Amino acid sequence: MSAPIRIRPDETFTLNVGPQHPATHGVLRVKMEMDGEYIVNAETVIGYIHRMHEKMGELKTYPQFLMNLSRMDYLGALGYSHGHVLLIEKAAGIEVPERAEYIRAITVELNRIASHLFWFGAFVMDLGGFSPLMYALQDREYILDMLEAVTGSRLTYSYYRFGGLYNDVDDDFIAAARRFIPRMRTSMKKYHKLVTGNIIFKKRLEGIAPLSPEIIRKYGATGAVARGSGINFDVRKNEPYSVYPEFDFDIPVFHECDSLARYKVRMAEIEQSLRIIEQGLDKLPGGPIMPEKKKPIKIAPGDYYQAVETARGSFGIRLVSDGGKTPYRLKLRSPTYSNMHLFDESCRGMLIMDALAFMGSLDLVIPEIDR
Amino acid sequence: MIVEKTKRALLNLFPQSDSSLPSAPPEEEGTAKTPKKEPPRPNGLIIRDYSVHGYHLDAQVAPAQLTDAVTILDEAGFFVESITGVDWIKEGQIEVIYDFSRYDFDLCRVVIRTRVPRDKAAVPTITGIYAGANWHERETHDFFGITFEGHPHLIPLLLPEDADFHPLLKDFKA
Repeated sequence: MSAPIRIRPDETFTLNVGPQHPATHGVLRVKMEMDGEYIVNAETVIGYIHRMHEKMGELKTYPQFLMNLSRMDYLGALGYSHGHVLLIEKAAGIEVPERAEYIRAITVELNRIASHLFWFGAFVMDLGGFSPLMYALQDREYILDMLEAVTGSRLTYSYYRFGGLYNDVDDDFIAAARRFIPRMRTSMKKYHKLVTGNIIFKKRLEGIAPLSPEIIRKYGATGAVARGSGINFDVRKNEPYSVYPEFDFDIPVFHECDSLARYKVRMAEIEQSLRIIEQGLDKLPGGPIMPEKKKPIKIAPGDYYQAVETARGSFGIRLVSDGGKTPYRLKLRSPTYSNMHLFDESCRGMLIMDALAFMGSLDLVIPEIDR
Repeated sequence: MIVEKTKRALLNLFPQSDSSLPSAPPEEEGTAKTPKKEPPRPNGLIIRDYSVHGYHLDAQVAPAQLTDAVTILDEAGFFVESITGVDWIKEGQIEVIYDFSRYDFDLCRVVIRTRVPRDKAAVPTITGIYAGANWHERETHDFFGITFEGHPHLIPLLLPEDADFHPLLKDFKA
Protein backbone atom coordinates (compact mmCIF):
# COMPACT_ATOMS: atom_id res chain seq x y z
CA MET A 1 0.00 0.00 0.00
CA SER A 2 1.27 3.42 -0.82
CA ALA A 3 1.49 6.05 1.84
CA PRO A 4 -1.46 8.45 2.07
CA ILE A 5 -0.98 11.72 0.22
CA ARG A 6 -0.49 14.65 2.52
CA ILE A 7 -1.03 18.09 1.13
CA ARG A 8 1.01 20.79 2.73
CA PRO A 9 -0.57 24.22 2.58
CA ASP A 10 2.67 25.89 1.48
CA GLU A 11 3.38 23.41 -1.27
CA THR A 12 3.64 24.48 -4.87
CA PHE A 13 3.89 22.36 -7.99
CA THR A 14 5.39 22.89 -11.40
CA LEU A 15 3.11 23.03 -14.40
CA ASN A 16 4.53 22.79 -17.87
CA VAL A 17 2.49 24.71 -20.39
CA GLY A 18 3.79 23.70 -23.78
CA PRO A 19 5.87 23.31 -25.87
CA GLN A 20 2.92 21.58 -27.49
CA HIS A 21 -0.10 23.26 -26.03
CA PRO A 22 -3.07 24.73 -27.91
CA ALA A 23 -3.12 27.89 -25.78
CA THR A 24 0.42 28.87 -26.70
CA HIS A 25 -0.28 28.89 -30.47
CA GLY A 26 3.03 27.39 -31.37
CA VAL A 27 6.01 25.74 -29.80
CA LEU A 28 6.33 27.94 -26.75
CA ARG A 29 6.82 26.56 -23.28
CA VAL A 30 6.13 28.24 -19.97
CA LYS A 31 7.33 26.57 -16.78
CA MET A 32 4.88 27.70 -14.16
CA GLU A 33 5.24 27.28 -10.45
CA MET A 34 1.70 26.99 -9.23
CA ASP A 35 -0.03 27.43 -5.93
CA GLY A 36 -3.35 25.84 -6.78
CA GLU A 37 -4.74 27.92 -9.61
CA TYR A 38 -2.41 30.82 -8.95
CA ILE A 39 0.94 31.39 -10.62
CA VAL A 40 3.76 31.95 -8.15
CA ASN A 41 6.49 32.16 -10.73
CA ALA A 42 6.86 31.56 -14.42
CA GLU A 43 9.75 31.03 -16.75
CA THR A 44 9.21 31.23 -20.46
CA VAL A 45 11.33 28.83 -22.47
CA ILE A 46 11.73 29.73 -26.12
CA GLY A 47 13.93 28.54 -28.94
CA TYR A 48 12.05 25.41 -30.03
CA ILE A 49 11.67 26.73 -33.54
CA HIS A 50 14.88 28.71 -33.75
CA ARG A 51 16.28 28.61 -37.32
CA MET A 52 19.13 31.10 -37.06
CA HIS A 53 18.00 33.53 -39.71
CA GLU A 54 20.78 35.86 -38.67
CA LYS A 55 23.47 33.37 -39.67
CA MET A 56 21.70 32.80 -42.96
CA GLY A 57 21.78 36.57 -43.36
CA GLU A 58 25.56 36.49 -43.18
CA LEU A 59 25.90 33.60 -45.60
CA LYS A 60 23.46 34.66 -48.28
CA THR A 61 23.80 37.64 -50.55
CA TYR A 62 21.38 40.53 -50.11
CA PRO A 63 18.80 39.37 -52.68
CA GLN A 64 19.05 35.76 -51.57
CA PHE A 65 18.00 36.74 -48.08
CA LEU A 66 14.75 38.37 -49.24
CA MET A 67 12.59 35.33 -48.70
CA ASN A 68 13.85 34.68 -45.20
CA LEU A 69 12.05 37.73 -43.92
CA SER A 70 8.66 36.38 -44.91
CA ARG A 71 9.34 33.23 -42.94
CA MET A 72 9.72 34.97 -39.61
CA ASP A 73 6.16 36.01 -39.02
CA TYR A 74 3.81 33.83 -41.00
CA LEU A 75 0.78 36.00 -40.22
CA GLY A 76 2.15 39.39 -41.17
CA ALA A 77 5.05 38.60 -43.46
CA LEU A 78 4.90 41.70 -45.64
CA GLY A 79 5.69 44.08 -42.80
CA TYR A 80 8.99 42.33 -42.22
CA SER A 81 9.94 42.27 -45.89
CA HIS A 82 9.14 45.95 -46.00
CA GLY A 83 11.64 46.69 -43.23
CA HIS A 84 14.30 44.67 -45.00
CA VAL A 85 13.94 46.32 -48.39
CA LEU A 86 13.74 49.79 -46.85
CA LEU A 87 16.98 49.16 -45.00
CA ILE A 88 18.87 47.95 -48.04
CA GLU A 89 17.46 50.74 -50.19
CA LYS A 90 18.50 53.31 -47.61
CA ALA A 91 21.97 51.84 -47.21
CA ALA A 92 22.63 51.30 -50.91
CA GLY A 93 20.94 54.51 -52.04
CA ILE A 94 18.34 52.85 -54.26
CA GLU A 95 15.46 55.02 -55.42
CA VAL A 96 12.00 53.48 -55.25
CA PRO A 97 9.28 54.53 -57.71
CA GLU A 98 6.33 56.14 -55.98
CA ARG A 99 3.85 53.62 -57.30
CA ALA A 100 5.83 50.80 -55.73
CA GLU A 101 5.80 52.49 -52.32
CA TYR A 102 2.04 52.99 -52.50
CA ILE A 103 1.46 49.38 -53.42
CA ARG A 104 3.76 48.36 -50.58
CA ALA A 105 1.76 50.41 -48.10
CA ILE A 106 -1.54 49.02 -49.38
CA THR A 107 -0.37 45.41 -49.24
CA VAL A 108 1.28 45.83 -45.84
CA GLU A 109 -1.96 47.22 -44.44
CA LEU A 110 -3.98 44.40 -45.99
CA ASN A 111 -1.58 41.97 -44.41
CA ARG A 112 -1.91 43.78 -41.07
CA ILE A 113 -5.68 43.37 -41.20
CA ALA A 114 -5.31 39.69 -42.07
CA SER A 115 -2.96 39.24 -39.15
CA HIS A 116 -5.25 41.07 -36.73
CA LEU A 117 -8.22 39.04 -37.95
CA PHE A 118 -6.45 35.79 -37.29
CA TRP A 119 -5.38 37.02 -33.88
CA PHE A 120 -8.93 38.14 -33.13
CA GLY A 121 -10.39 34.76 -33.98
CA ALA A 122 -7.75 32.78 -32.12
CA PHE A 123 -7.92 35.08 -29.12
CA VAL A 124 -11.66 34.77 -28.73
CA MET A 125 -11.32 31.03 -29.21
CA ASP A 126 -8.82 30.95 -26.33
CA LEU A 127 -11.53 32.48 -24.21
CA GLY A 128 -14.06 29.85 -25.25
CA GLY A 129 -15.92 31.51 -28.11
CA PHE A 130 -15.53 29.45 -31.23
CA SER A 131 -17.65 31.05 -33.95
CA PRO A 132 -15.83 34.43 -34.25
CA LEU A 133 -12.82 32.52 -35.58
CA MET A 134 -14.90 31.24 -38.47
CA TYR A 135 -16.14 34.72 -39.37
CA ALA A 136 -12.66 36.18 -39.02
CA LEU A 137 -11.10 33.52 -41.23
CA GLN A 138 -13.74 34.15 -43.85
CA ASP A 139 -12.78 37.82 -44.02
CA ARG A 140 -9.11 36.94 -43.91
CA GLU A 141 -9.57 34.52 -46.77
CA TYR A 142 -10.67 37.42 -48.91
CA ILE A 143 -7.37 39.18 -48.24
CA LEU A 144 -5.32 36.05 -48.84
CA ASP A 145 -6.98 35.59 -52.22
CA MET A 146 -6.20 39.17 -53.17
CA LEU A 147 -2.58 38.93 -52.08
CA GLU A 148 -2.15 35.54 -53.70
CA ALA A 149 -3.18 37.01 -57.04
CA VAL A 150 -0.43 39.64 -56.97
CA THR A 151 2.31 38.06 -54.86
CA GLY A 152 1.98 34.43 -55.84
CA SER A 153 1.77 33.10 -52.31
CA ARG A 154 -0.82 33.01 -49.59
CA LEU A 155 1.28 33.27 -46.46
CA THR A 156 5.02 33.65 -46.93
CA TYR A 157 4.97 36.53 -49.34
CA SER A 158 8.22 37.49 -50.94
CA TYR A 159 6.77 40.31 -52.93
CA TYR A 160 9.14 43.22 -52.46
CA ARG A 161 12.39 43.67 -54.30
CA PHE A 162 15.18 46.13 -53.68
CA GLY A 163 13.93 49.16 -55.51
CA GLY A 164 10.35 48.06 -56.02
CA LEU A 165 8.11 45.07 -56.46
CA TYR A 166 8.08 41.69 -58.08
CA ASN A 167 4.78 42.26 -59.80
CA ASP A 168 2.45 45.16 -60.48
CA VAL A 169 -1.12 45.10 -59.23
CA ASP A 170 -3.84 44.81 -61.83
CA ASP A 171 -7.35 46.23 -62.04
CA ASP A 172 -8.80 43.10 -60.49
CA PHE A 173 -6.74 43.63 -57.38
CA ILE A 174 -7.80 47.25 -57.10
CA ALA A 175 -11.46 46.36 -57.64
CA ALA A 176 -11.22 43.57 -55.06
CA ALA A 177 -9.57 45.88 -52.55
CA ARG A 178 -12.28 48.46 -53.07
CA ARG A 179 -14.96 45.84 -52.53
CA PHE A 180 -13.18 44.61 -49.45
CA ILE A 181 -13.24 47.93 -47.58
CA PRO A 182 -17.04 48.24 -47.09
CA ARG A 183 -17.27 44.52 -46.50
CA MET A 184 -14.71 44.70 -43.70
CA ARG A 185 -16.38 47.74 -42.16
CA THR A 186 -19.66 45.82 -41.98
CA SER A 187 -17.83 42.89 -40.46
CA MET A 188 -16.28 45.12 -37.81
CA LYS A 189 -19.76 46.13 -36.68
CA LYS A 190 -20.65 42.47 -36.48
CA TYR A 191 -17.56 41.65 -34.44
CA HIS A 192 -18.20 44.44 -32.00
CA LYS A 193 -21.78 43.30 -31.56
CA LEU A 194 -20.79 39.67 -31.26
CA VAL A 195 -17.69 39.94 -29.10
CA THR A 196 -16.71 43.37 -27.77
CA GLY A 197 -19.90 43.92 -25.80
CA ASN A 198 -20.15 40.34 -24.60
CA ILE A 199 -20.27 40.26 -20.82
CA ILE A 200 -18.29 37.02 -20.45
CA PHE A 201 -15.63 38.34 -22.78
CA LYS A 202 -15.36 41.57 -20.83
CA LYS A 203 -15.20 39.85 -17.46
CA ARG A 204 -12.31 37.75 -18.67
CA LEU A 205 -10.26 40.75 -19.79
CA GLU A 206 -11.23 43.90 -17.94
CA GLY A 207 -8.68 44.85 -15.33
CA ILE A 208 -6.71 41.67 -16.04
CA ALA A 209 -2.95 41.81 -16.50
CA PRO A 210 -2.39 45.53 -16.16
CA LEU A 211 0.92 46.55 -17.71
CA SER A 212 2.24 49.85 -16.43
CA PRO A 213 3.95 52.17 -18.92
CA GLU A 214 7.09 51.71 -16.85
CA ILE A 215 7.21 47.94 -17.30
CA ILE A 216 6.51 48.44 -21.01
CA ARG A 217 9.53 50.70 -21.26
CA LYS A 218 11.85 48.49 -19.23
CA TYR A 219 11.12 45.58 -21.54
CA GLY A 220 10.97 47.60 -24.73
CA ALA A 221 7.51 46.35 -25.61
CA THR A 222 5.94 47.94 -28.69
CA GLY A 223 2.92 47.63 -30.90
CA ALA A 224 -0.56 47.13 -29.52
CA VAL A 225 0.92 46.03 -26.19
CA ALA A 226 2.45 49.48 -25.65
CA ARG A 227 -0.53 51.31 -27.11
CA GLY A 228 -2.88 49.48 -24.78
CA SER A 229 -0.88 50.95 -21.91
CA GLY A 230 -1.33 54.53 -22.98
CA ILE A 231 1.91 54.85 -24.93
CA ASN A 232 1.33 56.68 -28.17
CA PHE A 233 3.99 54.88 -30.14
CA ASP A 234 3.70 53.66 -33.69
CA VAL A 235 6.74 53.68 -35.94
CA ARG A 236 4.56 54.77 -38.86
CA LYS A 237 3.98 58.07 -37.05
CA ASN A 238 6.98 58.40 -34.73
CA GLU A 239 9.56 57.62 -37.32
CA PRO A 240 7.71 58.00 -40.62
CA TYR A 241 8.90 55.84 -43.50
CA SER A 242 7.69 54.89 -46.96
CA VAL A 243 4.63 56.93 -47.99
CA TYR A 244 2.90 56.87 -44.60
CA PRO A 245 3.24 60.65 -44.13
CA GLU A 246 0.91 60.99 -47.13
CA PHE A 247 -1.95 59.25 -45.34
CA ASP A 248 -4.41 60.61 -42.85
CA PHE A 249 -4.85 58.01 -40.12
CA ASP A 250 -4.92 57.84 -36.34
CA ILE A 251 -3.02 55.73 -33.87
CA PRO A 252 -5.49 54.15 -31.46
CA VAL A 253 -4.25 54.43 -27.88
CA PHE A 254 -6.04 53.10 -24.83
CA HIS A 255 -5.07 53.92 -21.29
CA GLU A 256 -6.63 51.08 -19.29
CA CYS A 257 -3.43 48.98 -19.57
CA ASP A 258 -5.41 45.71 -19.31
CA SER A 259 -5.98 42.84 -21.71
CA LEU A 260 -9.17 44.45 -22.98
CA ALA A 261 -7.27 47.60 -23.94
CA ARG A 262 -4.88 45.57 -26.08
CA TYR A 263 -7.88 43.98 -27.76
CA LYS A 264 -9.45 47.36 -28.41
CA VAL A 265 -6.23 48.72 -29.91
CA ARG A 266 -6.03 45.99 -32.53
CA MET A 267 -9.70 46.22 -33.40
CA ALA A 268 -9.40 49.97 -33.87
CA GLU A 269 -6.26 49.45 -35.92
CA ILE A 270 -8.16 47.38 -38.46
CA GLU A 271 -10.35 50.39 -39.11
CA GLN A 272 -7.34 52.68 -39.45
CA SER A 273 -5.68 50.28 -41.87
CA LEU A 274 -8.84 50.35 -43.97
CA ARG A 275 -8.55 54.13 -44.10
CA ILE A 276 -4.95 53.85 -45.29
CA ILE A 277 -5.89 51.33 -47.98
CA GLU A 278 -8.75 53.51 -49.13
CA GLN A 279 -6.51 56.57 -49.45
CA GLY A 280 -3.76 54.51 -51.04
CA LEU A 281 -6.11 53.27 -53.74
CA ASP A 282 -7.35 56.81 -54.38
CA LYS A 283 -3.87 58.25 -54.63
CA LEU A 284 -2.18 55.34 -56.37
CA PRO A 285 0.05 56.94 -59.00
CA GLY A 286 0.94 55.36 -62.31
CA GLY A 287 4.44 54.65 -63.50
CA PRO A 288 7.00 51.92 -63.11
CA ILE A 289 7.26 49.58 -60.15
CA MET A 290 10.98 49.00 -60.45
CA PRO A 291 13.81 51.43 -61.16
CA GLU A 292 14.80 51.73 -64.81
CA LYS A 293 18.30 50.42 -64.39
CA LYS A 294 19.21 47.74 -61.93
CA LYS A 295 22.42 48.36 -60.08
CA PRO A 296 24.34 45.77 -58.15
CA ILE A 297 23.90 46.31 -54.45
CA LYS A 298 26.89 48.00 -52.96
CA ILE A 299 26.80 49.10 -49.37
CA ALA A 300 29.50 51.26 -47.83
CA PRO A 301 31.03 49.88 -44.63
CA GLY A 302 29.11 50.99 -41.59
CA ASP A 303 26.02 50.39 -39.50
CA TYR A 304 22.49 50.86 -40.72
CA TYR A 305 19.23 50.57 -38.83
CA GLN A 306 15.64 50.54 -39.99
CA ALA A 307 12.50 50.15 -37.93
CA VAL A 308 9.01 49.50 -39.25
CA GLU A 309 5.65 48.98 -37.61
CA THR A 310 4.53 45.43 -38.25
CA ALA A 311 1.28 43.90 -37.06
CA ARG A 312 3.02 42.96 -33.83
CA GLY A 313 5.04 46.06 -33.09
CA SER A 314 8.29 47.69 -33.96
CA PHE A 315 10.48 45.42 -36.04
CA GLY A 316 14.05 46.57 -36.27
CA ILE A 317 16.74 45.39 -38.61
CA ARG A 318 20.37 46.29 -38.11
CA LEU A 319 22.95 45.80 -40.80
CA VAL A 320 26.67 45.91 -40.27
CA SER A 321 28.34 46.08 -43.65
CA ASP A 322 31.98 45.62 -44.51
CA GLY A 323 31.38 46.54 -48.13
CA GLY A 324 31.06 42.93 -49.26
CA LYS A 325 28.40 41.01 -51.17
CA THR A 326 26.84 39.67 -47.98
CA PRO A 327 26.12 41.50 -44.74
CA TYR A 328 28.87 41.26 -42.18
CA ARG A 329 26.18 41.03 -39.55
CA LEU A 330 22.43 41.23 -39.78
CA LYS A 331 20.42 41.55 -36.59
CA LEU A 332 16.67 41.08 -36.57
CA ARG A 333 14.88 42.73 -33.70
CA SER A 334 11.61 40.92 -33.23
CA PRO A 335 8.78 42.84 -31.57
CA THR A 336 7.09 39.81 -29.98
CA TYR A 337 10.39 38.84 -28.39
CA SER A 338 10.25 41.94 -26.20
CA ASN A 339 6.48 41.76 -25.79
CA MET A 340 6.62 38.17 -24.59
CA HIS A 341 9.56 38.81 -22.30
CA LEU A 342 7.47 40.81 -19.86
CA PHE A 343 5.09 37.88 -19.39
CA ASP A 344 7.21 36.18 -16.72
CA GLU A 345 7.25 39.18 -14.47
CA SER A 346 3.67 40.28 -15.10
CA CYS A 347 1.87 36.98 -14.64
CA ARG A 348 2.94 36.43 -11.04
CA GLY A 349 -0.05 36.11 -8.75
CA MET A 350 -2.41 35.68 -11.66
CA LEU A 351 -4.92 32.88 -12.10
CA ILE A 352 -3.74 30.55 -14.82
CA MET A 353 -6.81 31.16 -16.96
CA ASP A 354 -6.22 34.90 -16.75
CA ALA A 355 -2.58 34.40 -17.65
CA LEU A 356 -3.53 32.45 -20.76
CA ALA A 357 -5.92 35.22 -21.77
CA PHE A 358 -3.10 37.69 -21.12
CA MET A 359 -0.78 35.63 -23.30
CA GLY A 360 -3.36 35.73 -26.06
CA SER A 361 -3.61 39.49 -25.76
CA LEU A 362 0.12 39.78 -26.52
CA ASP A 363 -0.47 38.39 -30.04
CA LEU A 364 2.35 35.88 -30.19
CA VAL A 365 3.81 34.36 -33.31
CA ILE A 366 6.44 31.94 -32.09
CA PRO A 367 8.62 31.60 -35.21
CA GLU A 368 8.94 35.35 -35.07
CA ILE A 369 10.22 35.24 -31.47
CA ASP A 370 12.66 32.43 -32.15
CA ARG A 371 13.82 33.58 -35.58
CA MET B 1 15.74 68.57 -28.27
CA ILE B 2 16.48 65.25 -26.73
CA VAL B 3 19.32 64.57 -29.16
CA GLU B 4 21.23 67.58 -27.80
CA LYS B 5 20.48 66.72 -24.19
CA THR B 6 21.51 63.09 -24.58
CA LYS B 7 24.60 64.09 -26.49
CA ARG B 8 25.73 66.36 -23.68
CA ALA B 9 25.00 63.75 -21.04
CA LEU B 10 26.91 61.08 -22.95
CA LEU B 11 29.85 63.38 -23.63
CA ASN B 12 30.40 63.62 -19.88
CA LEU B 13 31.63 60.04 -20.12
CA PHE B 14 34.55 61.18 -22.25
CA PRO B 15 36.18 64.07 -20.39
CA GLN B 16 39.06 64.57 -22.81
CA SER B 17 36.82 65.04 -25.84
CA ASP B 18 34.77 67.74 -24.12
CA SER B 19 36.61 70.59 -25.80
CA SER B 20 36.21 69.16 -29.28
CA LEU B 21 32.44 68.99 -28.94
CA PRO B 22 31.29 70.76 -32.08
CA SER B 23 33.74 69.15 -34.47
CA ALA B 24 31.98 66.87 -36.91
CA PRO B 25 33.05 63.25 -37.22
CA PRO B 26 36.13 62.86 -39.40
CA GLU B 27 34.82 59.56 -40.71
CA GLU B 28 33.16 57.67 -43.60
CA GLU B 29 31.74 58.73 -46.98
CA GLY B 30 33.88 60.51 -49.51
CA THR B 31 36.95 58.80 -48.16
CA ALA B 32 35.71 55.41 -49.36
CA LYS B 33 38.52 55.11 -51.90
CA THR B 34 41.14 54.45 -49.24
CA PRO B 35 41.03 50.72 -48.59
CA LYS B 36 44.08 50.80 -46.36
CA LYS B 37 43.88 49.75 -42.73
CA GLU B 38 41.98 52.25 -40.66
CA PRO B 39 43.13 52.72 -37.10
CA PRO B 40 40.72 51.28 -34.55
CA ARG B 41 38.03 53.69 -33.54
CA PRO B 42 38.74 55.34 -30.18
CA ASN B 43 36.05 55.48 -27.55
CA GLY B 44 33.87 58.50 -27.94
CA LEU B 45 30.67 59.87 -29.37
CA ILE B 46 29.90 60.24 -33.07
CA ILE B 47 26.89 62.07 -34.41
CA ARG B 48 25.54 60.09 -37.33
CA ASP B 49 23.47 61.18 -40.26
CA TYR B 50 20.05 59.81 -39.43
CA SER B 51 18.86 59.72 -43.05
CA VAL B 52 21.71 57.40 -44.00
CA HIS B 53 22.27 55.27 -40.92
CA GLY B 54 18.92 55.35 -39.19
CA TYR B 55 20.22 56.50 -35.85
CA HIS B 56 21.45 59.75 -34.34
CA LEU B 57 24.07 59.09 -31.70
CA ASP B 58 26.73 56.44 -31.71
CA ALA B 59 28.76 56.12 -28.54
CA GLN B 60 31.60 53.69 -28.11
CA VAL B 61 32.43 53.23 -24.44
CA ALA B 62 34.79 51.14 -22.38
CA PRO B 63 33.12 48.08 -20.80
CA ALA B 64 33.51 49.71 -17.39
CA GLN B 65 31.55 52.75 -18.55
CA LEU B 66 28.69 50.70 -19.95
CA THR B 67 26.33 50.82 -16.98
CA ASP B 68 26.91 54.56 -16.62
CA ALA B 69 26.04 55.15 -20.26
CA VAL B 70 22.94 52.96 -20.05
CA THR B 71 21.85 54.68 -16.82
CA ILE B 72 21.97 58.03 -18.63
CA LEU B 73 19.60 56.66 -21.27
CA ASP B 74 17.34 55.03 -18.71
CA GLU B 75 16.95 58.29 -16.84
CA ALA B 76 16.20 60.08 -20.09
CA GLY B 77 13.30 57.70 -20.78
CA PHE B 78 14.75 55.51 -23.52
CA PHE B 79 13.73 51.90 -24.02
CA VAL B 80 16.04 49.10 -25.01
CA GLU B 81 15.35 47.87 -28.52
CA SER B 82 17.91 45.16 -28.89
CA ILE B 83 21.30 43.96 -27.83
CA THR B 84 23.61 42.08 -30.11
CA GLY B 85 27.21 41.41 -30.95
CA VAL B 86 29.55 41.59 -33.90
CA ASP B 87 32.60 39.37 -34.22
CA TRP B 88 35.54 41.42 -35.55
CA ILE B 89 37.75 38.41 -35.97
CA LYS B 90 40.57 40.20 -37.79
CA GLU B 91 40.99 42.63 -34.93
CA GLY B 92 40.56 39.90 -32.35
CA GLN B 93 37.67 41.74 -30.79
CA ILE B 94 33.98 41.28 -30.17
CA GLU B 95 31.70 44.24 -30.18
CA VAL B 96 28.53 44.39 -28.11
CA ILE B 97 25.91 46.74 -29.51
CA TYR B 98 22.97 48.19 -27.59
CA ASP B 99 20.15 49.92 -29.47
CA PHE B 100 17.96 52.43 -27.69
CA SER B 101 14.98 54.39 -28.87
CA ARG B 102 12.13 56.47 -27.49
CA TYR B 103 8.35 56.26 -27.33
CA ASP B 104 7.68 59.95 -27.76
CA PHE B 105 7.83 62.08 -30.88
CA ASP B 106 11.20 63.52 -29.93
CA LEU B 107 12.91 61.03 -32.18
CA CYS B 108 16.35 59.93 -31.06
CA ARG B 109 18.04 56.63 -31.64
CA VAL B 110 21.16 55.91 -29.67
CA VAL B 111 23.65 53.14 -30.18
CA ILE B 112 25.97 52.24 -27.34
CA ARG B 113 28.80 49.93 -28.27
CA THR B 114 31.72 48.47 -26.48
CA ARG B 115 34.56 46.24 -27.57
CA VAL B 116 36.15 43.40 -25.66
CA PRO B 117 38.93 40.98 -26.58
CA ARG B 118 37.69 37.84 -28.29
CA ASP B 119 39.41 35.40 -25.95
CA LYS B 120 37.90 36.81 -22.80
CA ALA B 121 34.70 38.45 -23.87
CA ALA B 122 32.95 39.78 -20.81
CA VAL B 123 30.88 42.89 -20.20
CA PRO B 124 28.76 43.90 -17.21
CA THR B 125 25.07 43.08 -17.42
CA ILE B 126 22.51 45.85 -17.71
CA THR B 127 19.64 43.70 -16.44
CA GLY B 128 19.77 45.72 -13.22
CA ILE B 129 18.78 48.80 -15.21
CA TYR B 130 16.58 47.29 -17.89
CA ALA B 131 14.86 44.06 -16.88
CA GLY B 132 14.12 43.54 -20.56
CA ALA B 133 17.81 43.17 -21.33
CA ASN B 134 17.68 39.69 -19.83
CA TRP B 135 16.73 37.75 -22.96
CA HIS B 136 18.76 39.96 -25.25
CA GLU B 137 21.88 39.27 -23.23
CA ARG B 138 21.17 35.56 -23.05
CA GLU B 139 20.73 35.48 -26.80
CA THR B 140 23.99 37.36 -27.33
CA HIS B 141 25.69 34.90 -25.00
CA ASP B 142 24.25 32.05 -27.08
CA PHE B 143 25.46 33.43 -30.37
CA PHE B 144 28.84 34.89 -29.39
CA GLY B 145 29.79 33.39 -26.05
CA ILE B 146 30.00 36.79 -24.43
CA THR B 147 29.70 36.62 -20.66
CA PHE B 148 27.43 39.18 -19.10
CA GLU B 149 28.82 39.52 -15.62
CA GLY B 150 26.13 39.65 -12.98
CA HIS B 151 23.40 38.28 -15.24
CA PRO B 152 20.94 36.36 -13.05
CA HIS B 153 20.26 33.46 -15.42
CA LEU B 154 22.81 33.17 -18.20
CA ILE B 155 21.74 29.85 -19.73
CA PRO B 156 20.99 29.12 -23.41
CA LEU B 157 17.83 30.80 -24.62
CA LEU B 158 17.44 30.10 -28.31
CA LEU B 159 20.01 27.32 -28.62
CA PRO B 160 19.55 23.85 -27.10
CA GLU B 161 20.09 23.73 -23.35
CA ASP B 162 23.33 21.75 -23.75
CA ALA B 163 24.74 23.94 -26.51
CA ASP B 164 28.48 24.55 -26.22
CA PHE B 165 28.94 26.37 -29.52
CA HIS B 166 28.45 29.96 -30.59
CA PRO B 167 27.19 30.04 -34.18
CA LEU B 168 27.66 33.71 -34.98
CA LEU B 169 31.38 33.65 -34.31
CA LYS B 170 33.09 34.01 -37.65
CA ASP B 171 35.24 30.92 -37.08
CA PHE B 172 32.24 28.73 -36.26
CA LYS B 173 32.05 25.58 -38.36
CA ALA B 174 28.81 23.65 -38.38
